[in-house]
Amino acid sequence: MKKFDKERMLIAVAGPVIALVLAIALTSVVLLASDRNPFEPYRLMLQQLSYSDVQVLIVNQASLYYIAAIAVALGFRMNLFNIGVDGQYRLAAVMTAVVGANVNLPAPLQVVLLLLVAMCTGAFWAGIAGVLKVTRGVSEVVATIMLNAIATSVIGYVTLANVWGVQVGDNMTTGVMHKSGWIPGINLGSDVGEIYGLVFLAILLGIGYWIVLNRTRFGFDLRATGASETAAAASGVDARRMILVSMLISGAVAGLAGLPLLLGDTHTYSLSFPAGLGFTAIGIALLGRNNPGGIALAALLWAFLEKASPALDFATPTPYEKEIATIMEGLIVFAVVISYEAVRQWGLRRQQSRVGAELAAEAAKKNSESKGVTA
Amino acid sequence: MQGITKRFPGVVANSDIHLTVRKGTVHALVGENGAGKSTLMKILYGMQKPDEGTIAVDGQEVVFGSPADAIGRGIGMVHQHFMLADNLTVLENVVLGSEKLYGIGGGARKKIKELSDRYGLGVRPDVLVEDLGVADRQRVEILKVLFRGARILILDEPTAVLVPQEVDALFGNLRELKSEGLSVIFISHKLGEVLSVADDITVIRRGTTVGTAIPSETTPRQLAEMMVGSELPTPETAESTVTDRAVVEVRNLTVYATGGASLGEVAAPVASATTVAGSTTAGSVLTDTSPTIEGAKRVLDDVTFTIHAGEVMGIAGVEGNGQTELIEALIGLKNADSGDIVFEGKDITSQPTRKRRESGIAYIPEDRHRHGLLLEAPLWENRILGHVTERPNAKGFWLDPKGAQEDTRRIVEAYDVRTPGIDVTAASLSGGNQQKLIVGREMSHDPKFLIAAHPTRGVDVGAQAAIWDHIRAARREGLAVLLISADLDELIGLSDTLRVIYDGRLVADADPATITPEELGSAMTGAASGHLEHADETADDAAAEDEDR
Repeated sequence: MKKFDKERMLIAVAGPVIALVLAIALTSVVLLASDRNPFEPYRLMLQQLSYSDVQVLIVNQASLYYIAAIAVALGFRMNLFNIGVDGQYRLAAVMTAVVGANVNLPAPLQVVLLLLVAMCTGAFWAGIAGVLKVTRGVSEVVATIMLNAIATSVIGYVTLANVWGVQVGDNMTTGVMHKSGWIPGINLGSDVGEIYGLVFLAILLGIGYWIVLNRTRFGFDLRATGASETAAAASGVDARRMILVSMLISGAVAGLAGLPLLLGDTHTYSLSFPAGLGFTAIGIALLGRNNPGGIALAALLWAFLEKASPALDFATPTPYEKEIATIMEGLIVFAVVISYEAVRQWGLRRQQSRVGAELAAEAAKKNSESKGVTA
Repeated sequence: MQGITKRFPGVVANSDIHLTVRKGTVHALVGENGAGKSTLMKILYGMQKPDEGTIAVDGQEVVFGSPADAIGRGIGMVHQHFMLADNLTVLENVVLGSEKLYGIGGGARKKIKELSDRYGLGVRPDVLVEDLGVADRQRVEILKVLFRGARILILDEPTAVLVPQEVDALFGNLRELKSEGLSVIFISHKLGEVLSVADDITVIRRGTTVGTAIPSETTPRQLAEMMVGSELPTPETAESTVTDRAVVEVRNLTVYATGGASLGEVAAPVASATTVAGSTTAGSVLTDTSPTIEGAKRVLDDVTFTIHAGEVMGIAGVEGNGQTELIEALIGLKNADSGDIVFEGKDITSQPTRKRRESGIAYIPEDRHRHGLLLEAPLWENRILGHVTERPNAKGFWLDPKGAQEDTRRIVEAYDVRTPGIDVTAASLSGGNQQKLIVGREMSHDPKFLIAAHPTRGVDVGAQAAIWDHIRAARREGLAVLLISADLDELIGLSDTLRVIYDGRLVADADPATITPEELGSAMTGAASGHLEHADETADDAAAEDEDR
């Protein structure tokens, strides 16, 4: 029995490892082709890892990625492509910032309120796509992509000076939130920085994700739908309800993605609030195989690439372009898609032949035993 | 083919198979499901490579890397499931992929006419394939192969989709082919057919050739014993256990087509268009493109029947005549457009699938890969599938993996599922073992009504007998069973009552004690409903009779 467990681990690890090796190799090829040293940039970036301020930056960034990727992964597990995480988290962040600036409750209540606002906004925005799919058969991919664009416009409207916007210099913000909604981080000293308090929320979400998927009836239905829509339907899963519910949950989680930054650092939503998290998260969820542990590693890797690469521009004696990291991210996504499918098929075949071999061996044993008896 | 050996993931491998086909003969390859016939033919057709052994065509040794190589050598294959584009004409289908041979216009048409006339196929080049029946489609497939210059034809279970009358016509075509010097390899496990059409017979058992036979000197019994190695199991049910307590009553059930799938004599299952999550099929009636009276096609038309506790009701019919829709309506995958389904006195017509399953409707789906299993999930998760809300799989809201695993071990033991463990994926089991797992799962929740669609399709003899035993045992305990099968012997042997479905209607019923497969076959074509010796009542009369009882 254990054998097959080990086998699964092997397959689970083989895919990402192959993908990463492939991506690094291809990046080196790109470097070679442009007459650069094919290995030096990696060394420079790894060097960054030893600085504690960079470490803090990576962890903080990873927490945003992680939450967004969990939201994406939830959909992926049932073959639902929530491309709209990007719009969902931005809209949720704006709404949270607005509420945080205009409502002032005692600290614990305020935080609960803000989290709820974020989740409800995200769920509402994702729910639109869910309702469209369930009632009108609109592809969630198309609907969520368009909702991303609409979210951008809504955010533009919300931050208008005569709505809730507050002009600060050249920047349009939503005004500074009340202190009761600020979530303190772990201060590691002024030269190192602060780890967002909501990093722990990310960890909790990861654990929750695992429990819901693997230990609840709902999670089983969700995974069954992802594994085989037809079999799930025959087993009694109500596909429409499932789509709507998982879209809502995915959106609610997505709504939280921007909060570690908002409540832990900026305390306002401004034009410089990071965009595009939701798209990065798709690659991260892919690389992490929709597994909470895998996604954590993938999120950290992405955050590392993001936060260690700027140093390339200032490297001495030869600076490198920090876009090398972007190239690498792209190549990883490519390699992931290819290597996972290859490894999956290889794994299936391998197990089939091993099961066959084991059964044959068993049958042979039985045969020889019975022969022994008759002889 | 000499000493062919193929080690293959799964259960049956080919080992040291010898097969010699003479020119101008029909050579039958017989063996039970899973004996290795298909693998051998895939090797001959270049779809798989043998690990050992050689293939020689006309005395010349050949190595096939792909079907294209095999076609180049004059070997052609007619698959069991037709590979035709419905919306193209016969001519277009035949030409597709080999446009270079005779062009796509007059030259090709002339060649098709010529081939059709020479072999008596009666193919009309300009008819749309979607308007053709199963037997006609098969002839198009044969023509397609001939068009590509095949001199050796492999027919993979060509009679599986045909009714007895059509089988005779096919055999006429085969005789025509061999008289022109072509060779035919005919795969089947139906002994009567084999003896009537073949010149030589090779028997395969457990992946190896166990002997050859000459039809004129062989009885079906001898052949059967060669095939199975022991006596064939029979699906005969002993004493009747039918009670007068109705478990399932279906009244005037009517379902309209929701997709473009046409009915009548369509071979391919029409299920594909039905249960796509999120699409808007449910409830809405789309207009079918096929010419029908009221716009939408009735795939189930006014179906009425009652199944009592302890009764097995068999439904005979050529595939695609509404069986799939009937099953889906009963399990709740399809909404009834009108009519009622009453289960144990309660109207369940509008209940969702899960509710129906929880209340005791068990379901052995016709396509276990699509509807019965999560292929890439471990066995114990497959044990949960369909019963996720019930013990031992769940405790309230929470899943109970331990309970499910334990019970999976029990099922594996009790139903003789051959597997090294319960953590392997369902995909790594052979079809028979997958089916045994499904049967075990469905029987483990104390069902009151079992929908069994082709319960022994693609299952080896041993597993077949075991599955029959389980159904029989449950029937003794008062289980009501709806049995749908393409295997007429199985239907007649297991059923207490028989109905024939044609074009969405129950057109005839029969007494399984006296009916023969041939009589049943003629009712299945729809033409002979009134002439059945033992089944001359219409569905409505039968229903009335049911009420009387």
